[in-house]
Amino acid sequence: MMAASSRSQVISLYKAMVKASSRFPSYNYRTYALRRVRDAFRANGKVEDPRAVEKLLEEGQQMLALIQRQVSIGQMYGAQRTVVE
Amino acid sequence: MLSSGRTVSSRLLRPASWLPFRLCPERTAVSSMPKELIKKHELEKDELRPLYMDFQATTPMDPRVLDAMLPYHVNYYGNPHSRTHAYGWESETAMETARKQVADLIGADPREIIFTSGATESNNMAIKGVARFYKAKKRHVITTQTEHKCVLDSCRVLEAEGFTISYLPVQKNGLLDLELLEASIGPETSLVSVMTVNNEIGVKQPIKEIGQICRSKGVFLHTDAAQAVGKIPMSVTDWKIDLMSISGHKIYGPKGVGALYVRRRPRVRLEPLQNGGGQERGLRSGTVPTPLAVGLGAACSIAQKEMEYDEQRVSMLANRLVQKIMSEIPDVILNGDPEQRYSGCVNLSFAYVEGESLLMALKDVALSSGSACTSASLEPSYVLRAIGADEDLAHSSIRFGIGRFTTEEEVDYTAEKCIQQVRRLREMSPLWEMVQEGIDLKSIKWTQH
Repeated sequence: MMAASSRSQVISLYKAMVKASSRFPSYNYRTYALRRVRDAFRANGKVEDPRAVEKLLEEGQQMLALIQRQVSIGQMYGAQRTVVE
Repeated sequence: MLSSGRTVSSRLLRPASWLPFRLCPERTAVSSMPKELIKKHELEKDELRPLYMDFQATTPMDPRVLDAMLPYHVNYYGNPHSRTHAYGWESETAMETARKQVADLIGADPREIIFTSGATESNNMAIKGVARFYKAKKRHVITTQTEHKCVLDSCRVLEAEGFTISYLPVQKNGLLDLELLEASIGPETSLVSVMTVNNEIGVKQPIKEIGQICRSKGVFLHTDAAQAVGKIPMSVTDWKIDLMSISGHKIYGPKGVGALYVRRRPRVRLEPLQNGGGQERGLRSGTVPTPLAVGLGAACSIAQKEMEYDEQRVSMLANRLVQKIMSEIPDVILNGDPEQRYSGCVNLSFAYVEGESLLMALKDVALSSGSACTSASLEPSYVLRAIGADEDLAHSSIRFGIGRFTTEEEVDYTAEKCIQQVRRLREMSPLWEMVQEGIDLKSIKWTQH
């Protein structure tokens, strides 16, 4: 069981990443980001080593910032909806 | 989000002028508009974007790639070859990091990577460059009939310069016969060029075995890996590849950039196509576009990390598509070897349906009947003809490209529309009717009039 503090950090990072990803205007980027974030957290769910958790959290924070930047760019140029939306 | 109610289908206009043969009773709706215009007009009316299912033509850029590139489009604009100031140094560092990322993906040394404008330039450079450098002693080049246009065209140029070129046929499954290759290599042969993954039918050539043969015969091996790099694991060391072409925009990177791997040991020498400032070891003069190189590097590094994840997903989606279509409609043929292939490229022939009509009918899905370079012509694909597909089947093929950003919904939608349209087109086809009545089409003597 990982420390309670890092557990809550992981959960809030996950929530923030899902929230940011869901704002991609492009259908394909949005669905990919949501899927990829979910699968990455699932794949790393068993990581116990505090140092590894720390490193993953750091990477996640960077990815969150990246998603937020790219969402802003996407919103600047708008996206038409596709036929499956 | 799923929006309801809006349908995209409407009756299709078909100008008779572009139909290669007369099959369709809808000929009354004749218009002089070219087909692209009609399709565009129809789409604008509906205000919805078609799905993208043409990942072999090009891929959307990964947001992570764009994010890596943007700083070099905004603040870091130095010339990476400037040695006298910080602007140059920071760009150079970025370029060298990118070079390492490309090299790591294919198991090469960064010094063996040359940045180019894309796979077409890389292919031209490799084929013409090697052949011309060794022309004093060796004047024979071997390639296959299913190569990309730029490889075949480079070979044509060499032919005009007096080289002998062997265009080897491939087997029915699209794969090269290794014994034929071995028998074709002579003392005059300088280069063998075989693509790793075919852009139209997705078959994966046995490059490792070909590399073995070429190395044992002392002949250089070039492979056009534009469709393979980043999608299937590749190693230039294990596969004994001497030259390899890479494209940025086929691996979720930017358009207008690519790379050529040129082996250092044993050394491969080539005559440059472009002369000038001597950048890229003198093999490709011209300033390296830092943002594009950074984008290619980022795309390679992401591809390396995501290869397994992407592969699992792409093959799952491809199976879903093929199974859905094949379970619903008969007489559908998967072109190319069913095993030795990259799963994201699905090339299907729908017998008794004309491919172009099907593409027109599937206007809310971006598809192609073959390579983008030849998509303007109605000629059947030379790749399909090379694998021995009958003329009618070559005319009825469609390539479905699946990639990193494809969703289950898109696959289902495409399959559903495809099934519906194939059924509709077959119903109005006199050929299909004859087949249903048990007439063998091959026995019919068609008369010209």
